[in-house]
Amino acid sequence: MKFGVVVFPGSNCDADCLHAIQTVTGQPVEYIWHKSGSVDGFDCIVLPGGFSYGDYLRCGAVARFSPVMKPVIEFARRGGMVMGICNGFQILTEAGLLPGALHRNKNLQFLCHDTYLRVENNTTPFTCRASEGQVIKIPIAHGEGNYYADPETLRQLEENKQVIFRYCDPHGEVTPEANPNGSLNNIAGICNEQGNVLGMMPHPERCAEAVLGNTDGQLIFQSLLDFWQRRCG
Amino acid sequence: MVMDPKVWREMGLTDSEYEKIVEILGREPNYVEVGIFAVMWSEHCSYKTSRPALKTLPTEGPAILQGPGENAGIVDIGDGQAVVFKIESHNHPSAIEPYQGAATGVGGILRDIFTMGARPVAVLDSLRFGELDNPRVRYLFDGVVAGISGYGNCIGVPTVGGEVYFADSYEDNCLVNVMCVGLIDQKDIKKGVAAGIGNPVMVVGAKTGRDGIHGATFASEELSEEAAERRPAVQVGDPFMEKLLLEACLEVIKTGYVVGIQDMGAAGLTSSSCEMASRAGTGLEMDLALVPRREEGMTPYEVMLSESQERMLLVVEKGTEEKVKEIFAKWDLDAVVVGRVTGDGILRIKEGSQVVAEIPARALTEQAPVYHRPTRVPAYLEEVQNYPVDSLNMPHDYNEVLLKLLASPNIASKEYAYKQYDYMVGLNTVVTPGSDAAVLRVKGTRKGIAMTTDCNGRYCYLDPKTGAAIAVAEAARNLVCSGAKPLAVTNCLNFGNPEKPEVMWTFWQCIEGMAEACRALETPVTGGNVSFYNETRGNAVYPTPTIGMVGLVEDLDKVCTQGFKQAGDAIFLIGENLPELGGSEYLKIQFGLEKGKPPALNLELEKKVQRFVLDEIKSGLIKSAHDCSEGGLAVALAECCISGGIGADITMVRRFRGDALLFGESQSCIIISVDRHKGVELVKKLVDAGVPYTQLGTVGGDSLIINVVNPGCTGCGGNLVNLPVKKIEETWRGAIACLMK
Repeated sequence: MKFGVVVFPGSNCDADCLHAIQTVTGQPVEYIWHKSGSVDGFDCIVLPGGFSYGDYLRCGAVARFSPVMKPVIEFARRGGMVMGICNGFQILTEAGLLPGALHRNKNLQFLCHDTYLRVENNTTPFTCRASEGQVIKIPIAHGEGNYYADPETLRQLEENKQVIFRYCDPHGEVTPEANPNGSLNNIAGICNEQGNVLGMMPHPERCAEAVLGNTDGQLIFQSLLDFWQRRCG
Repeated sequence: MVMDPKVWREMGLTDSEYEKIVEILGREPNYVEVGIFAVMWSEHCSYKTSRPALKTLPTEGPAILQGPGENAGIVDIGDGQAVVFKIESHNHPSAIEPYQGAATGVGGILRDIFTMGARPVAVLDSLRFGELDNPRVRYLFDGVVAGISGYGNCIGVPTVGGEVYFADSYEDNCLVNVMCVGLIDQKDIKKGVAAGIGNPVMVVGAKTGRDGIHGATFASEELSEEAAERRPAVQVGDPFMEKLLLEACLEVIKTGYVVGIQDMGAAGLTSSSCEMASRAGTGLEMDLALVPRREEGMTPYEVMLSESQERMLLVVEKGTEEKVKEIFAKWDLDAVVVGRVTGDGILRIKEGSQVVAEIPARALTEQAPVYHRPTRVPAYLEEVQNYPVDSLNMPHDYNEVLLKLLASPNIASKEYAYKQYDYMVGLNTVVTPGSDAAVLRVKGTRKGIAMTTDCNGRYCYLDPKTGAAIAVAEAARNLVCSGAKPLAVTNCLNFGNPEKPEVMWTFWQCIEGMAEACRALETPVTGGNVSFYNETRGNAVYPTPTIGMVGLVEDLDKVCTQGFKQAGDAIFLIGENLPELGGSEYLKIQFGLEKGKPPALNLELEKKVQRFVLDEIKSGLIKSAHDCSEGGLAVALAECCISGGIGADITMVRRFRGDALLFGESQSCIIISVDRHKGVELVKKLVDAGVPYTQLGTVGGDSLIINVVNPGCTGCGGNLVNLPVKKIEETWRGAIACLMK
């Protein structure tokens, strides 16, 4: 299974994603330059965190016009696995691959700390190794992670079980206190209707090694590999 | 034509300095040349006042690969790898425009690190403000934190540590000191030298605009009432541009095409060009018409003095220009040949075919004036040092005092600030903010690097020499508590107006204390930065010689943290708690006093304590270690409980007044915990090593309980502290956020 990590100008979690994928899955992984016109040969594409093009405009609003986004969108439409983390999630919503948008955090500050997530749907390629309702600890680091969608879209997301992760307390209770940024319905991550495109604000690559004190992030990369090898999902 | 004296005086040159320029050139300088001399001979760039004192600092040691004089210091960490690090101030800009001032402070220090060829892996910030009950202080604090967050998070270098202090003396003149740490393979080290006659000189990165002209001069005078008018001298940062510049520079350095490289920081193109030529003993010829510009109609003077951010000056091997341009083009950046290295030692600036300035490069650097300014002992010292601290009433309720101390912004959790910093990006942060020191792993090895910044300005105000020595000792102690061997120092010396003999005296005293401690603890100084004129309306900030220190963790499995680990573990105090209340946070909180003599520092004892604790962390005997600092033993114990999420039961002999026992800030004290069965082994080792210690009690329960016994005095003992850890933690964690509402 071959992973590709897209490098936009201003991406800063590209090296981290590459490292985590290598460490957890042991599979080949390469960078994909933002000017690249093709994503042929890759089985899973990761849009990493960072500040693409400085994000001086709405986050991700410029990156979605990068040449590489055309083949990424086609890849996703063909059912290819695409995962956007943090800025990657923002880019996916701007590119129309995922519904909704990410507003500024409710307290208007950048926030970096651990959060607890409840796995709401374990039938996707990104979560097939999890049990439903499992609580994992994954850190956030963003200024604009406050998920918003209009009521109709939100209803559909919930109905189709497209909400994959929800901010919760350590016991799995979805409470207002556990919501760091004001996201509607405590949403931390969603997928598209087909289930092959995931966007999430928390950073699983930051907690995938014991030396960093937390390995909960491994679950997501391991799920991707196992799904590909038809061992789960 | 003879120049009007007003011209050079407005640029900050004295009449005698102007005469010296005429003497060096053998003629009257023109306007551009005066501007160039004025910035290069400004205090900020020339260190003309501080140089005699700085020369007395120890700068050599077995691990030092690069001492003062380059863009940053370099320390060997084995395996052909090295740590590159430096600290710098951005005080004046931040006091006027906190967001951009702090942001460009981060940007500038990052460039100092990657210009050496190193990848920046961490940023630390040492910040000082007035008291938070003042709305303008809250505005400055919020702005500075947001600026650091905005720049550091965007470029993707984690902000992993630092310190924040609040005291009235910093009210108008906040201090923003930023330290950056980078990692490098020693074979890739680059320096700021313009070597190789005929080699092309290139300007790369952002375009040059009119921003920040005379920023260095602005940083070399007191902040006046009209300072706000200087806002245009503050630059605006573009972290996205810097991210591209960082990646492009590291890529081009890897190719071997680069001969020398330097950041265009203070005094922009002027300082980078003459410093690179001066170091190499060469000259430079540049045509300013070729420099990419942000706006039209800029004069040569403006181009030379612009402090537009995110620019670098490169000298590359002749014939590689096109390949270098290709790499920068890949990152959508300008890279333009603007001149070449010459053999005549002259900085020759042209605009097209016309020569607009011609100055010997060394005249701007080596030949800058040096001032041996007069010193005088400040009158306030005797009064504050002799304050009869022992005559103060003792508290009735120790629980209340402890909670007050934990809620004091100087002691309370700095989470409000560091939650806004991305401290994890890069996947190296093993010990996150909030412990004694931050620890980062070195990928691909078992090693870690530890880092901290420290300085208690109040101690330095009360006794500059001891205060500065304590800053060094505490930094080293913090590294030791995390399991690291202290290696080297970078310093940021923040003082008032050095033309005042009292300020100059405190400066020299601080340098003496620092030198003594650095020698004793074998942590040489590799460079840093001096910031004078931190003074408004005649009031100087507390002398604040901030110490940035890095250390090496040989084995990441042996990293130590401050939190108590397990119920039943035995708690010891290593070192000696003495009746020393002077300069304590307790005096400030309880009595509103910033007086008394700060705690004494015995460097022999300090060394012994540090060596013992480091050895026994490495041996695995010590399970937690935490330095006692502001708030004394009681606050340190509370912090061990908070971090460990567990209580402690402490019993101490009351050898002197209870408030001094609990809240005095004696130096060289470390609280450790060991397995309950290893207590005897520990004591034997302590006795063998001749290290003083006190057994304090046991880890366990949900509360911090501190009892005292008083042999020979029935009824004198009893319980002083009994507080649930939950209550302690709430008070400590929420205090600053509460004040910021």
